[in-house]
Amino acid sequence: MEYFVQQLINGLTLGSIYGLIAIGYTMVYGIIGMINFAHGDIFMVGSFIALIAIIAFGLTAGSSLAVLILALILVLLIAMALTSVYGWTVERLAYRPLRGSFRLAPLITAIGMSIVLQNFVQIAQGARVKPLQPLFSGGFTLMELEGPTGAVFRVNLSFAQILIIVTTVVLMTVFTLIIAKTSLGRSQRACEQDRKMAALLGVNVDRTISLTFVMGAALAAVAGLMYLLYYGVIDFYIGFIAGVKAFTAAVLGGIGSLPGAMLGGLLIGLIETFWSAYFSIEYKDVAAFSILAIVLIFLPSGILGRPEVEKV
Amino acid sequence: MNAASPLLSVRGVETYYGNIIALRGVDLDVHVGEIVTLIGANGAGKSTLMMTICGSPQARTGSVTFDGTDITRMPTHEIMRMAIAQSPEGRRIFPRMTVLENLQMGAGVTDLSHFDEDLQKVYELFPVLKARRNQRGGTLSGGEQQMLAIGRALMSRPRLLLLDEPSLGLAPLVVKQIFAAIAELNRTEGLTVFLVEQNAFHALKLAHRGYVMVNGSITMNGTGAELLAREEVRAAYLEGGRH
Ligand SMILES: Nc1ncnc2c1ncn2[C@@H]1O[C@H](COP(=O)(O)OP(=O)(O)OP(=O)(O)O)[C@@H](O)[C@H]1O
Ligand SMILES: [Mg+2]
Repeated sequence: MEYFVQQLINGLTLGSIYGLIAIGYTMVYGIIGMINFAHGDIFMVGSFIALIAIIAFGLTAGSSLAVLILALILVLLIAMALTSVYGWTVERLAYRPLRGSFRLAPLITAIGMSIVLQNFVQIAQGARVKPLQPLFSGGFTLMELEGPTGAVFRVNLSFAQILIIVTTVVLMTVFTLIIAKTSLGRSQRACEQDRKMAALLGVNVDRTISLTFVMGAALAAVAGLMYLLYYGVIDFYIGFIAGVKAFTAAVLGGIGSLPGAMLGGLLIGLIETFWSAYFSIEYKDVAAFSILAIVLIFLPSGILGRPEVEKV
Repeated sequence: MNAASPLLSVRGVETYYGNIIALRGVDLDVHVGEIVTLIGANGAGKSTLMMTICGSPQARTGSVTFDGTDITRMPTHEIMRMAIAQSPEGRRIFPRMTVLENLQMGAGVTDLSHFDEDLQKVYELFPVLKARRNQRGGTLSGGEQQMLAIGRALMSRPRLLLLDEPSLGLAPLVVKQIFAAIAELNRTEGLTVFLVEQNAFHALKLAHRGYVMVNGSITMNGTGAELLAREEVRAAYLEGGRH
């Protein structure tokens, strides 16, 4: 039981990270019908920017909690801003010129951009893993039980986990409100449903698409910082695996659906955690890939996705 | 603006889809306060002209001038922000947005200061839209969708309203209602309307002037009454089509 609760907490934390990345996949797919394969690497870039900012600020576990939280908010904003520039640039350079070209063309440049970003970071930052000493050591002990053998098992909720889950909930709420209530969100949904009509109503379609990439990249940067705080090591390759899992999350939830991406993220996080806990940690990535294959075969429109055919 | 120069002026416009020509040198004027109609057979190029005015697709040669500004090469969203609104062929309402959100989209992206006032006007014109305001656009009936498309176009306070077959697929009573609404807006607010119609009889009766398009070219023009009286027009577009 305690083991189960602990895994649940761990799974939700991981799922939050995947959910934040998955939103970027799903929004871009929704608006231009394309899988942005470079999105995982945008997340990786965000993570590196966060690491550089943390080092530049000289943050360590020794810093006081108030300083730490304030500085981390600053790090978060810097990472979001700079990563957005990457997201914007990728769209501008690699996708926009190909809009209206054959469907596979942007997909191919997306893979190209992914390779470019990985190699750029590898050259600029080196190929070796970058460690970050844990900034938060403490946490809460939720349960404490003595097993039959006398061993004590504790269920812990660490500060880092609280930070990750709270930030994710806040951001996803804000984000959902932007899409549902603001004129930018309406324009995005309009472009998603009928780009030509949106233009006929005065919507600057190119700008709206750019902003979608910017928003996706900003959320990926948040995920990047979370990942860094949670695992404490990053390298230029983390974008690939995390990207595939987040993409799986988006497909599982129903690609194009925002709540679907969040739900899918949580599910993938939970599945991966429980899989590692109860079966085999070596094969945890296989679990995600298998789910992707199974979903694509049996539930192609995902849990919350809408079926392709629709009466208009 | 000087009274003699037209609000919209189309000169020698040729539009292509790839290598296929759809408009072969169209000349046409719409003056402030006018209702002008364009009639023609299926595939004549009427919708293409509507869309060319809005810059999507752009004319390959010739020019489109709105209120003295050459808009031929402007991007679509900038043209529409000059207060041109279109209710396009096929309605193109946003199916997964509510009626209210569709109307909000029509209100434009910038100035929302008279949104409530305009919304009330549209609701008065089409009370059914008020009753259905929280329903998704895609679940409306065809006629209701048409009303929504027109209402959405009106939300931007257009100086020029382009209507592409507003009567398509509607019951005669609803057609009457929509045409009455257009006439009313034109009379009371001086709204300028450029109207494409299959329903030539109604359209020519409503319009001050009309143009006939055949195979991408304008072949006739004149006042509504003049065109209605012409034998060629009656033979081609009116026989059996009175209702
Ligand atoms: N997107 C397109 N690509 C290629 N050809 C097109 C396209 N749209 C229209 N056409 C062609 O251009 C010509 C004019 O079409 P258009 O839609 O303007 O006719 P229309 O007068 O509006 O007809 P209708 O009364 O049936 O609506 C037609 O021959 C049509 O096949
Ligand atoms: Mg047409």
